[in-house]
Amino acid sequence: MNVNNLIKIEKLINSELSSKISRSEIKYGELLFETSVSEIVSIIKFLKTDERFKFKQLIDIAAIDYPNNDKRFELVYLLLSIENNFRVKISIKFETNEKIPSITKIFPSANWMEREIFDMYGIKFLNHPDLRRILTDYNFKGHPLRKDFPLTGFNEVRYSEKEKKVVYEPVKLEQNYRNFDFSSPWEGTKYLKEVKESKKNEKN
Amino acid sequence: MKKTKSMTLNFGPQHPAAHGVLRLILELEGEIVEKADPHIGLLHRGTEKLIENKTYTQALPYFDRLDYVAPMNQEHAFALATEKLLNIDVPVRAKYIRVIFCEIGRILSHILNVTTQALDVGALTPSLWGFEERETLMTFYERASGSRLHANYFRTGGVHKDLPTKLIDDIGKFCESFPKIINDLEDLLTENRIFKQRNVDIGLVSKKDALDHSFTGVMLRGSGVPWDLRKSQPYECYEDLDFKIPVGKNGDCYDRYLCRIEEMRESVKIIKQCLKNLPKGPVKTVDGKVSPPNRDELKQSMEALIHHFKLFTEGFRVPAGNVYSSVEAPKGEFGVYLISDGSNKPYRCKIRAPGFSHLQAMDYLIKGHMLADVPAVLGSLDIVFGEVDR
Repeated sequence: MNVNNLIKIEKLINSELSSKISRSEIKYGELLFETSVSEIVSIIKFLKTDERFKFKQLIDIAAIDYPNNDKRFELVYLLLSIENNFRVKISIKFETNEKIPSITKIFPSANWMEREIFDMYGIKFLNHPDLRRILTDYNFKGHPLRKDFPLTGFNEVRYSEKEKKVVYEPVKLEQNYRNFDFSSPWEGTKYLKEVKESKKNEKN
Repeated sequence: MKKTKSMTLNFGPQHPAAHGVLRLILELEGEIVEKADPHIGLLHRGTEKLIENKTYTQALPYFDRLDYVAPMNQEHAFALATEKLLNIDVPVRAKYIRVIFCEIGRILSHILNVTTQALDVGALTPSLWGFEERETLMTFYERASGSRLHANYFRTGGVHKDLPTKLIDDIGKFCESFPKIINDLEDLLTENRIFKQRNVDIGLVSKKDALDHSFTGVMLRGSGVPWDLRKSQPYECYEDLDFKIPVGKNGDCYDRYLCRIEEMRESVKIIKQCLKNLPKGPVKTVDGKVSPPNRDELKQSMEALIHHFKLFTEGFRVPAGNVYSSVEAPKGEFGVYLISDGSNKPYRCKIRAPGFSHLQAMDYLIKGHMLADVPAVLGSLDIVFGEVDR
C-alpha cells in the first residue's frame, strides 16, 4: 500500500468526518483515527456503507489497558476494505466504568470479539445481545488481561481422588514466580548525531 | 397433531468430531438444529498475557502453540510485526526459506483438514494416506528446526539456521511425488457419491454474509470472493512468484474442500519455484543488536560475546509504536496487533485468529440443517482449538 494513497484516504475521511475525528496519523504505513465513544457506531457504519470506502470487514477489536492513564482503556477497531485493498484502525479511549455502544448490529462478527473484551478486561458494551464470558472458565472471577491481574492467577484446579471430582484451590507455588527485570539502566552509546539533535530540540 | 418438544443436546467437549475441545449446545427440533451455542475456552492458556511478560525472543515459541497444525505460519506474523516496528530488512535467502516453510505449513494444515473432514463423513482411507505425507513434511520441519511441531524457527530478522543442502534436495523430491498423492486423494473423494451427498449444498455462505462474519482465507474464497493476502498485500517474496488463487462458486462445504485441494497444488508450485531460485547469502539480519552471533564467533570476539549475553538476558528493545501485521495462514488471515512501549517486552499483543470468527458463525451456518451435518460443517470450517482459545 503506497503512502500517497494513504494520505489521500486520510484526507478524504478527515474531510467527511471532520467533526467526529479528534486525531489521525500515518505510521508504519498504517492509518489510525482517534475518535470518541459516542461517535464510534456512526463512524463505523459510515465507513462500512459509504461507496468510496466500503470497509466491509471487521478484522478484529483489540483492547489495551493503561492503568496509569486517566482514560484507562483503549479499544482499537481494525477494518479492512476488500474492494479498495486498504486497512484502517479506529481507536477510542475511555474511563474504567464507561459503557461502549456495541457494533454487533453493523457487524455480527463483533459479537464474540466484544464478549472476549468483556471477559478479559471487564469492559461493558451497551445493546450487546449476549454479553457472557467466553474464554475463561465457568464461574471465573476477575479480568485476566488487565495489567493488575497477576500472571499466576488466583485459583488452580486438580482432580481430587478423595472427592472424585475436579476441585478449585488457591494457587500455591513452591517458589514465587520470578519476574527478572533484565532491562539494564545503561542505554548504550548515544551516537553523536542523536546527541546533537536532542540538544537542538532543547534549545528550541 | 402430536405436540413435539425441542431437545437440548450437549455435543462435546470430548467428541471425536469436535476437532478438539469444543462444547456445542444444540437445540434440536426432531433432527433439525434450531440453535447452536459453541462454548469455547476449554483450551485457553492465556497466551496474550504470557507474551506481555516475555521478551520478544521468548514470546515467539508461543505462536507455534496456537494453530499447532501449521506452526510456522503463526510465527511469521509475529516476526513480521516485530520487524515492522524495528524497521529492519530480512535477507533475501531468509525470505525464500520462510515462504518454503509457510507453504509446507499450508500443505500440512490442508491435508489434515481435508482428510479429517472426509473422516467425519465416513471415509477412513484418505486420513491414512494423508497422514503419511504429513509425517514426511514434519520431518522437514524437524531437519530445519530440530522439532516436528514446535519449531521456533522464524526469528525476528530472518530464520534461526540455514537449511542443510540435503534437505533442499529432499523437499524438491517431495514436490515431485506429492501431486500424485493429491490425485489419489481426489480419486477417493471428489466424485465420491457419499462424500458429495454429505457436502454439496451444506453450510452455504453467501458473499455478503462471509464478509459480515469476518470470514477470511478459504472460508471467504469458497464463497467466490477472490481475496488472498499473498496476492493483494504481498509480503516476503510472494510478489515474484507465479501462483493462482482458487476461488469457489457456491460457498458450500464441497467448494471449500475443492479450494483446499487446489491450494495444495499451488503450494507445491510455489515451493518448487522457491527451491529453484533460492539465492545464496545470510539467513538472518546482520544487525548484531537484533540477531544473535554465530557460535564460532563467540570464542573469538568480545563484541559477539557481549551481544550474545545481552540478547539472551535483556533481549532487544523495540521502539514504541503500534502495528498490525497479518499473513495468509492456511485457515485465513492470521494477524498480530503489537504494541510496544519501547521496552524489551511487548506491552500488548492481540492475536487475530481466523478460526475465532469462523467458529462464531456456527449458529448461522448450522441453523436448519440436520444433526448429522454438524460434523460436516464443523470439518469444513477448519477449526483448531489452539488458535480459537489462545
